[in-house]
Amino acid sequence: MAGAITAHLSEKASKRPKHITESPIIRVVLIGIALLFLGLIVLLPLASIFVEAFKKGFEVYVASVTDPDAISALKLTLMTVLIAVPLNTVFGIAAAWAISKFQFRGKNVLITLIDLPFAVSPVISGLIFVLLFGAQGMFGPWLAEHDIKIIFALPGIVLATTFVTFPFIARELIPLMQAQGVQEEEAAASLGAKGWQIFWRVTLPNVKWGLLYGIILCNARAVGEFGAVSVVSGHIRGETNTLPLHIEILYNEYQFSASFAVASLLVLLALVTLIVKSLVEWKSAQQQAEE
Amino acid sequence: MSTQTNRNHFPVRTLIVFLVLAIALVGCGNSSNSTDNNKKAANAANTSGTDKKDNGAETTPEPKEAVELLNVSYDPTRELYAAYNELFAKHWKTEQNQEVTIKQSHGGSGKQSRAVIDGLEADVVTLALAYDIDAIADQQYLKTDWQKQFDKNNSPYTSTIVFLVRKGNPKGIKDWNDLLKAGVEVITPNPKTSGGARWNYLAAWGYALKKNGNDEAKAQQFVTDLFKNVPVLDSGARGSTTTFVERGIGDVLLAWENEAYLSVNELGKDKFEIVYPSLSILAEPPVAIIDKVVDKKGTREVAEAYLKFLYTEDAQKLVAEHYYRPTLESVAEQFTAQFPKLELLTIDGDFGGWKEAQTKHFADGGVFDQIYVPGS
Amino acid sequence: MKGSKSRSILPGFGLSLGFTIFYLSVIVLIPLAGVLIKTAGLTWEQFWDTVTNARVLASYRVSLLTALTAAIINLVFGLLIAWVLVRYRFPGKKLIDSLVDLPFALPTAVAGIALTAIYAPNGWMGQFLEPLGIKVAFSPIGITIALIFIGLPFVVRTVQPVLQDLDKDVEEAAVMLGAYRWRTFRRIIMPELLPPLLTGFALAFARGIGEYGSVVFISGNMPLKTEIAPLLIMTKLEQHDYQGATAIALVMLVASFIMLLIINYLQWRSNRRVAVG
Repeated sequence: MAGAITAHLSEKASKRPKHITESPIIRVVLIGIALLFLGLIVLLPLASIFVEAFKKGFEVYVASVTDPDAISALKLTLMTVLIAVPLNTVFGIAAAWAISKFQFRGKNVLITLIDLPFAVSPVISGLIFVLLFGAQGMFGPWLAEHDIKIIFALPGIVLATTFVTFPFIARELIPLMQAQGVQEEEAAASLGAKGWQIFWRVTLPNVKWGLLYGIILCNARAVGEFGAVSVVSGHIRGETNTLPLHIEILYNEYQFSASFAVASLLVLLALVTLIVKSLVEWKSAQQQAEE
Repeated sequence: MSTQTNRNHFPVRTLIVFLVLAIALVGCGNSSNSTDNNKKAANAANTSGTDKKDNGAETTPEPKEAVELLNVSYDPTRELYAAYNELFAKHWKTEQNQEVTIKQSHGGSGKQSRAVIDGLEADVVTLALAYDIDAIADQQYLKTDWQKQFDKNNSPYTSTIVFLVRKGNPKGIKDWNDLLKAGVEVITPNPKTSGGARWNYLAAWGYALKKNGNDEAKAQQFVTDLFKNVPVLDSGARGSTTTFVERGIGDVLLAWENEAYLSVNELGKDKFEIVYPSLSILAEPPVAIIDKVVDKKGTREVAEAYLKFLYTEDAQKLVAEHYYRPTLESVAEQFTAQFPKLELLTIDGDFGGWKEAQTKHFADGGVFDQIYVPGS
Repeated sequence: MKGSKSRSILPGFGLSLGFTIFYLSVIVLIPLAGVLIKTAGLTWEQFWDTVTNARVLASYRVSLLTALTAAIINLVFGLLIAWVLVRYRFPGKKLIDSLVDLPFALPTAVAGIALTAIYAPNGWMGQFLEPLGIKVAFSPIGITIALIFIGLPFVVRTVQPVLQDLDKDVEEAAVMLGAYRWRTFRRIIMPELLPPLLTGFALAFARGIGEYGSVVFISGNMPLKTEIAPLLIMTKLEQHDYQGATAIALVMLVASFIMLLIINYLQWRSNRRVAVG
């Protein structure tokens, strides 16, 4: 099953001969149920956000997303994502390589440890960094002496975000690379290819969809993280407020429309990554067709 | 790299790599093959560094450099301090010819107090309860007798707890005992997580003590019955207001007087009205200077002026316009219509101070926790 | 579907595993150890009293039950959505596909506020449910809905790639041999989908237990009824009781870890069975 393409909605899979698919009625019913469920659980909240955002008119919407505090929050969020996502990408590739291409004891424990940040309550994810780097924390006095700020500043926000989004890319790559096995890499190695060559020429092309997918999920989650960041941010307006925190502030100031306007901005940010994904898919499909 | 015997060598090998990596990271990570790139990067860094220096030399330093304060405050003061910071900046500019920018941080009072303890560098704190500033003082950030530094227990403005009801007061709620009636839904935040809710709770407790000749058992029964009528316990004051105003849940909201006015004026004059109970509690949200931070940053002078200026006539008027009760007599007289006089309990006089109230009522296993026991 | 042999001619094992463990330690393990050390300040008795207090126990129950219900619902509907997205063609499929990721991108607090507004008695849905006597917001049902929202992408996104890669030939063969569609599904497709379903379920469940931001808005936070464990941690922190907070956190952490470990082990076993058989 080498050369698998993950989560990329290929035309091939949905084009199926009659005898291995369901009857049209069942198909319509299944699609109907799926859409109804998605509509109730995902689409309805989304719609309510946009309705609220435009309730006071377009001017209020534009004013709230171009507010200097909103822009500084946007910048901080983008900065955080730009640091956290690449770090987790490198880690994800390394971890997937080690776990999927080699046998060793304790593999299950290692995989579970990688999963762990998913299971840690966001409240705790922030708290652990306060316990380490806060003024009363283990490294607090040392940091204060050297005038290094970690929590209530960018490094703390990046750390918390990295922690929360830690497993996404590794989680996406491990099952994929496990399913692909090692034959292709071994063949390349026996032909004398060096480690990096094998990785660039053989492995990476095989996993690029999974990798892209992991990055998109990681990015989405990093942009939206609220709980953990809220604990380490200090909430200083225009300085350590990320977009999700800015939304909370506006909401607490009874500026409901403004807060949902900024929230819709986050939705759009997430959609941009998805559009990029679709574009890449489309391009590669074209390339394949040309070949 | 031959990896013929991975399985056996894995721990040792990994440990070595781990160590090497750790050392490499500490030793600045310049270990690998791309020395050219590194040099380029270093050069780039140098040039950008010198650029910055040039820029720095060009701007001639003014006699008094601009200064920045961080005011760590609680939730309902957002609007007040947004206006006050502007007023003070203008005042400081004319008086001292110095630019001052005040950064704001808002959140639940307890959470904010914890953030300062954990290292958030606040020059001044303006919180909901003295208890939260005491907790900061316990960690030697400021003197334990901080409440003597400014007038009126360091509380330039006060507030109280009132009832916000739906227009026309359909359930006829006039006083605390009306809250116990069957079918009345009371909205209040959770006293364990919200400073404002502690004032609500203590006011109810004080009322019950007074009506029952200081019988504590009866007071406990009173608050237990009261909280049986609470259908939603939000974690903060603003959450409760939203539940009552936006979600349409409950018949009466126990709220800060200033929050109640804000809700009526901002969210619906024709939908809500304010009811003053026969007795309430004097809420004194205190302000303080964080000595450790201002001494480190050298901002003591401006920080002190910032808090002192709160007591002046201009500031007191602003305070009243944001529905806080001014403490300056001359201003208070102008606003008597807005703030009716009522009998007010005080924390120090009726509850023996915050520390005692906290351990007795709100600490784990305290009176409040006994309201919620399994099977009740 | 085969793992690698114990002897590999591939390079980079030491480097990749070393880096993995190093990064894991710096970002996850060492910070989490801080929780352990903080809890160590308590005596056993204090620790036990804290984590078995009646309200704390009630909150575990609320958290576990709602997270479990939500994960089961997600398991069923997540599979269905993945199935429909991979196998059928219908207009707007791409758009629907991207909608699935939205719960990750939306800040949890925003999700909580939006869901509360919809399901409150005066909300879009609440106004129809209220007369029927169904209370969604400020009840365990509300918590469950929030957790379904949070956990949905986990199931869909783990099942989707595997479903995509499923060989058509096996299904064809089953049909040739006269198996009905349902039987093919149960006997041929299901075993292949079981590992990713398990993973998706575990991740959604684990995330649900710890979720805070979206739940506090919709739960109503009534002690013993709709109070979740993470909220109690916040309550303890509010009392400046770091040790009590970390004690509850530790219990949740260990529970999640054990559950994930079991699921990973089950998955590893079923993988092996598939490979052998």
